[in-house]
Amino acid sequence: MSRTVYDLIGLFAGICFILALKGLSHPKTARRGNKIGAVGATIATLVVFFYANEGSSLPLNNLGWILGAIAVGTLIGVPAARKVQMTQMPQLVALFNGVGGGAAALVAIVEYLNLGDTATTAEVIFTVFTVIVGCVSFSGSIITFMKLQELMTTRPVVFPGGRFVIAGTLVAVLGVAIWIVTALGTTPLLILAGLSLLFGVLFVLPVGGADVPIVISLLNAFTGLTVAASGYVLDSVLLIIAGTLVGASGTILTRLMAEAMGRSLFGTLFGAFTAKPQDTSGAAEDRPVRSGSPDDVAILLNYARRVVIVPGFGLAVAQAQHTVRELADLMISKGIDVAYGIHPVAGRMPGHMNVLLAEANVPYDQLLEMDEVNPTFGQTDVAIVIGANDVVNPAAKNSPGCPIYGMPILEVSNAANVIFLKRSMRPGFAGIENELLYDPKTMLLFGDAKASLTKVVGALKAL
Amino acid sequence: MNAVAIISIFTLAVFVGFEVVSKVSSTLHTPLMSGANAIHGVILVGAIIVADHSTTNLELGLAVTAIVLATINMVGGFVVTDRMLEMFKGKK
Repeated sequence: MSRTVYDLIGLFAGICFILALKGLSHPKTARRGNKIGAVGATIATLVVFFYANEGSSLPLNNLGWILGAIAVGTLIGVPAARKVQMTQMPQLVALFNGVGGGAAALVAIVEYLNLGDTATTAEVIFTVFTVIVGCVSFSGSIITFMKLQELMTTRPVVFPGGRFVIAGTLVAVLGVAIWIVTALGTTPLLILAGLSLLFGVLFVLPVGGADVPIVISLLNAFTGLTVAASGYVLDSVLLIIAGTLVGASGTILTRLMAEAMGRSLFGTLFGAFTAKPQDTSGAAEDRPVRSGSPDDVAILLNYARRVVIVPGFGLAVAQAQHTVRELADLMISKGIDVAYGIHPVAGRMPGHMNVLLAEANVPYDQLLEMDEVNPTFGQTDVAIVIGANDVVNPAAKNSPGCPIYGMPILEVSNAANVIFLKRSMRPGFAGIENELLYDPKTMLLFGDAKASLTKVVGALKAL
Repeated sequence: MNAVAIISIFTLAVFVGFEVVSKVSSTLHTPLMSGANAIHGVILVGAIIVADHSTTNLELGLAVTAIVLATINMVGGFVVTDRMLEMFKGKK
């Protein structure tokens, strides 16, 4: 195959990726968009086997190894993607992103070893960039995975002098990078990889649980840029186009997410440097709360005219999305006006809750976004908060200095009654006490969300 | 390829990337991130190229690892995105 044909096919794959991102931006075309992306990626992969790079010949060297490695990767990736629970999707995306970054860093290292002294300065600079950013993306994603999987604390990890360690590591990374560009050498490149991995860990550790999605999105954009840089070194137009597209769209997406959470990107990434885990209220745990029975809840609902359901991650964990729909249908049959108030970051990622409720066939028109539902809480008789906490926490509005301060919230406190379905008094993902739990108009129903909802449905049917 | 051509491609791709996702509802943030994530799995192409170039065992070992990781990223990424979007099917 000639270089021209090879590059034209690469261009075609690039167009597929543009159409994929475009399609993914609209609900109706999203699934088709993803498929177009998969077609582009498949074509791009197949065509490599039919074009001999300079100094090479067909069939490719090490063909058996290459095909075997692709088979292994497929056998790991597909079952992981098929079997993962909907609730664990964010951490799987984080993991996939991490391995992508790791792959980009490895590609850069191999090409560097291969080029040896023949590398041009520009090639070395791009290689160094790919190794640094790819390694940061890899180790950073692993930490976000561990946070989301709750293999480690979800609170910001801040240690004394932490920011000096981070700054020192960054200076060391840049120093070694300059050393490589001026002097070349394999050992410094490995040192660079090690330091970059360390920097990735240190960079993500101080990020609080609620901000993790933003970091995943940012690391995703980073990986895109490393792919673009690899494209330069490997002389591949396709990699430049694909990587740049992901880098650019990922950056915008990161900004959109940060906006949805009411955070500045800068604050998210560097605010945790100074943040201390703090209690918004004194000795909160000793104060009385009002807990009720499923019957109390059913009675309250029975006489309501308008009810807003606020689902959170707890609902997903309990797999209660089908039961909550049953409750909603029952209330609608009693003439009660029912809506779901969806916080943009309910669950663990923006849009996560919509995915979960769609799984339970909740009609789309009952799902109200935050801006639509907030003005209606004044006319709402009962707000049922199911397994959510941070997204309704008034501390985000009233407590400057708390980690979620500034995040827009669902203003359920404006409703006449608030019911919390909770497993325990344990604070939410961000680790902050919720003042609303102690409000006199709040009733708590403790227990597993699914079991509690089933009891409420039974009690409501009996009325 | 000359530097100006590369800079042109890069710059245009940045604008296209900004443009295609500038108006996306928060509902689709997660699938979009996941889909974009799968697209950068195309680094698989780069991993195959360097595996072809590899002359030492060290290089080949690293390249093969890169292929495995990139395949996981690409194949797994598209499959998981499809699973998320399957949920939205037939509703608006």
